[in-house]
Amino acid sequence: MKLKAFRLTAPLAAGALAATLGMQAALAAGTGPQSQPGWPLPVNDATPYGKVLIDRIEYAWGDEEDVLEYDIQAWYGGDYQRLWIETEGEDVRSGGEGGEVENFDVQYSRLIRPFWDVQAGLGFRRTYGPGPDHEQGYLVLGIQGLAPYLFEVDANVRVSEKGDAWFDLEAEHDMRLTQRMYLQPRFEAVVAAGSDEDFGMGTGLNSLRLGLRLRYEFRREFAPYVGVRWWRLYGETADMARTDGEPTDDLAVVAGIRAWF
Amino acid sequence: MSHRTRHAHDPGRRRVLRGAAALGLMAGLGRLAPAFGWGASGNVEAPKRSEGNLDIFELTIERRPMRIGRRLGNPITINGTIPGPLLRWKEGREVELRVTNRLDEDTSIHWHGILVPPEMDGVPGVSFRGIRPGETFVYRFPVKQYGTYWYHSHSGLQEQLGHYAPLVIEPREPEPFEYDRDYAVVLSDWTFHDPHWVFSRLKKSEGYFNYQQRTVGDFLREAREKGWAQAWRDRAMWAVMRMSSRDILDVTGAEYTYLINGRPAETEWSALFRPGERVRLRFINASAMTFFDVRIPGLKMTVVHADGQHVAPVTVDEFRIGVAETYDVIVEPDDRPYTIMAESMDRSGFVRASLTPRAGLKGPAVEPRKGPVERDAAAMGHAGHGGMHHGMAGHGGADDMPMKREAQGGMGRGKGHGMMHGMGHGAMAMGGAPAGWVLAGRKVQHPPGGHGPGAAMVTDNPQYRMDEPGVGLASAPGHRVLVYDDLRALAPWPDRRPPQREIELHLTGNMERYMWSFDGKKFTEVTGPIHFRHGERLRLIMVNDTMMDHPIHLHGMWMELENAQGEHRPRKHTVVLKPGEMLSVLITADAPGDWAFHCHLLYHMKAGMFRVVSVS
Repeated sequence: MKLKAFRLTAPLAAGALAATLGMQAALAAGTGPQSQPGWPLPVNDATPYGKVLIDRIEYAWGDEEDVLEYDIQAWYGGDYQRLWIETEGEDVRSGGEGGEVENFDVQYSRLIRPFWDVQAGLGFRRTYGPGPDHEQGYLVLGIQGLAPYLFEVDANVRVSEKGDAWFDLEAEHDMRLTQRMYLQPRFEAVVAAGSDEDFGMGTGLNSLRLGLRLRYEFRREFAPYVGVRWWRLYGETADMARTDGEPTDDLAVVAGIRAWF
Repeated sequence: MSHRTRHAHDPGRRRVLRGAAALGLMAGLGRLAPAFGWGASGNVEAPKRSEGNLDIFELTIERRPMRIGRRLGNPITINGTIPGPLLRWKEGREVELRVTNRLDEDTSIHWHGILVPPEMDGVPGVSFRGIRPGETFVYRFPVKQYGTYWYHSHSGLQEQLGHYAPLVIEPREPEPFEYDRDYAVVLSDWTFHDPHWVFSRLKKSEGYFNYQQRTVGDFLREAREKGWAQAWRDRAMWAVMRMSSRDILDVTGAEYTYLINGRPAETEWSALFRPGERVRLRFINASAMTFFDVRIPGLKMTVVHADGQHVAPVTVDEFRIGVAETYDVIVEPDDRPYTIMAESMDRSGFVRASLTPRAGLKGPAVEPRKGPVERDAAAMGHAGHGGMHHGMAGHGGADDMPMKREAQGGMGRGKGHGMMHGMGHGAMAMGGAPAGWVLAGRKVQHPPGGHGPGAAMVTDNPQYRMDEPGVGLASAPGHRVLVYDDLRALAPWPDRRPPQREIELHLTGNMERYMWSFDGKKFTEVTGPIHFRHGERLRLIMVNDTMMDHPIHLHGMWMELENAQGEHRPRKHTVVLKPGEMLSVLITADAPGDWAFHCHLLYHMKAGMFRVVSVS
């Protein structure tokens, strides 16, 4: 299954990268008739850039389990078109075992409005231990951007190999307390149109997650934080968890690092 | 050091300086500290060799480790210094500049504001190929103008690394003012980082260098002062727009060390004078990204030149100088030291120098003004009616925005009614426009749906703002600040034809992604150059659809600024547009060839705010 997911995502990544770099062709239209072959561009505003943002990597001391959780994004490309990779997941460190890669998305991202990208691509998710491992590929389509009132928003629809669809919405907002200290409320909801017991996904509202994190930017690129996060499962999803003897909500104190380069 | 000479005085001045021998001391002082680039006082001047009507200068571009303040930097130097040596030319003669590149990358020199044949303009990719490592390129052209200018690299981001220098052209005709001594005062911003790193921070993280942003505390204070509802309405407009009212300069004093003649405040430069002298200070803003507010507390400054051209004398206490602009002022100091204070427009830093009758005697301490500087609704071409753009959030929550202008200290007065895209078209903004403003009532032209994703906002009703000094700066009783409306040419320029054609160009950007452009298109996205017909007289109308000030520079031709002075338009090579501003310039397209036209904020140019103008 893992290989399959790779087979799905690798060509997509290559395609997105090619599209990203392809825009660098035919750059010289704006130069004048005096310009001669072999001259450099007076200005190259299409240089690609890349960024890896570890938005959250944190240890969560929960009611029953301690969990390592992460949310990492990376992009490479120009202003309009980018290869975009994003992954989120958790690994139980004590009080239980196992974990999951909630999503690993490889997407082509395109700026369509000043503050908004549309993104499309492939990805996979995976759960492991206790019990059998499961892995599944999916199609993903989403938007990412900065909403009015300065909310960072990431919304995606995913459709699995089996044809199940689910939707998730994440929003976070940075409240600036000082020039280096930020309080960040965070919201995430998952809703599914089908159920898949392998991934503990039930039809309807799956989960709500809320977080509040206080970070201090020693540098813009490096900011440790502390905070709390809470989640709760609902409906069929909660029923599945109860059947497996797993909790349906959890409140945890978290400590982690936000970093980028 | 032997290859350059220092001139403490201007040999071409109108009044004879007596006792020059005593001042020879200054030249000696400078030599004691070569590691600082320029000496602690005076100007470094390039030596010249003359053959008939030709003046020949040799310039070498190379990296050279050097102390900048107390730290070691690795700037790109011209003849071993930053700034490079002052070039002194004479109007009516011919000059030859032999430029040797000792870098491991291409370089170039552009003669900023100088009317030259297009192949001598020094812009790689537009006027020539560039100067390769090890190569000596020979520029040669007649000098057809007078005044204070500068020269700098037009390759990559080299300008940020010290590749700039002053340029003074002595006029053929006597000047309409007198002075005993003159100094070039070159303002600049220095970073110890690689400029590409600086640019990559801007690309990856909006607001990276801004440590004066609004906090929750600011909001709570305003809520106490004017009530929760009002405070919320004021902030909501900005939050809906996803703009920052504290976004004044993209790169701030948190990153930069500001320099005057290559020296930061801690090892300040000084200008020596003898009591009773009239001193001409030639201010040149050679910064990559910094607008400065310049004053000499206790001394009036009489502005006599703007961008190298005579203007009717106007006496002020302070002026704002945009990137690439020059202002010449004349001061008459008493027998005591003064401080030349240059504060970055966002108040994130400053640099000072001394104007002093005795070497080593510094000007008094001057308290730098405190930030933060805050923009108000006028920045959006917005004063009366709330409105959003792009329809992402269709509610107009700012109907009673204070109609205050972008000024500190309540100097505001009502402006016309501007509004954002999508809120209809109503009253036209006159603001402080003079009667008979040529653009009065003009309906600006935006393509349907705005300028695309590269432009985060459009201003449907931009304002006349040449009567304002700019954000965070205002005249007060006893403190006059220069505005563009004060600039008056001594006589109308020769081409009195009315414009035959108008071109409207919008300054656009997307701060979030650090994209800058004209009409929403970055340089690499346009389909061709802007075409001027050879010989035509045209009016270029510019509209600033962004939240930033932009110094717009046209190569090869003058821009006559249509301000409040009627036919006595000042002519400039670099024109600053404030946020939400619309203005126009008249151009005589008398220079066939290709010319660069761009925002002179270095990273805005690098991000795409660049066009080629082709005259044919």
